[in-house]
Amino acid sequence: MKITIRQSDFNKIYEHALSERPDEACGLISGIDREDGVREIKKVYLLTNIDHTNEHFSIDPKEHLKAIKDMRANDLKPLGNWHSHPESPSRPSEEDKRLANDSSASYLILSLMEEGEPVLNAFHVEGREGEREVRKEDLEIIKDGEENG
Amino acid sequence: MNITVAGEKKNVADGLTVSKLIELENVETPQYVTVSVNEEFIESGAFETHVLSEGDEVEFLYFMGGGQ
Repeated sequence: MKITIRQSDFNKIYEHALSERPDEACGLISGIDREDGVREIKKVYLLTNIDHTNEHFSIDPKEHLKAIKDMRANDLKPLGNWHSHPESPSRPSEEDKRLANDSSASYLILSLMEEGEPVLNAFHVEGREGEREVRKEDLEIIKDGEENG
Repeated sequence: MNITVAGEKKNVADGLTVSKLIELENVETPQYVTVSVNEEFIESGAFETHVLSEGDEVEFLYFMGGGQ
C-alpha cells in the first residue's frame, strides 16, 4: 500500500518527537483511503505517552477519545498511529508487533537514532498475536498543497 | 432504547450491558479495548454489570502502545 504524509505533518511529529526525548513520543494519524488505493494522511495528532519512558508508549486514552471525535467531526478516518524510537531503528519491535491489534491500521515509526537524520517508515501488521506478519508500506512525504498521484 | 455507538445511532434492547454490546458489535480483540460511555471510561471489570441507558454515547477505543 502507498501512504502519503505532508511535509508539514512530518515536521510536526519530528519536532514533537525531538521535544519528548529521551521518552518515546506518540500520536494518531487520520485521513482518507482514496479510490486509487493511496492512503492519504490529512491530519496528525500529537498525543501524550502516559508511560513516559524511552522504551515504551501508551497513548493517553482521554486524548485518544478526543482525537477520534475530532476525526469524525472532520470526516476523517482513523488510519493508525505513529511513535518514535529515540535510540533504535525505524522498524517494529517485538512489543510493537505484539500490540499491533488492528490489521487495517498503518503504523508509522520515526527513528531518531541518527542525530539530524530522522527516518520515518510505515508498516502494516497482520495475523494473530505470536504470528504477526509485518509489511513495509510505500511511504511518501509530499510537499504541502501538492496532490499526490 | 436508542444509544450512539462510535458516532452511529442504534436501537438496542433495554438493560443492555457493555459486555453484551461488545458481543453485538463483534468487537475484535476485546481484551485490548477501552470503553467510554458519555466520555467516562468504564473499568473492564465493570463491563458485565454496567447497564447502558437511553441516549448513552459509547465509544470503543483500541489500546495503542508499543515499545522500542
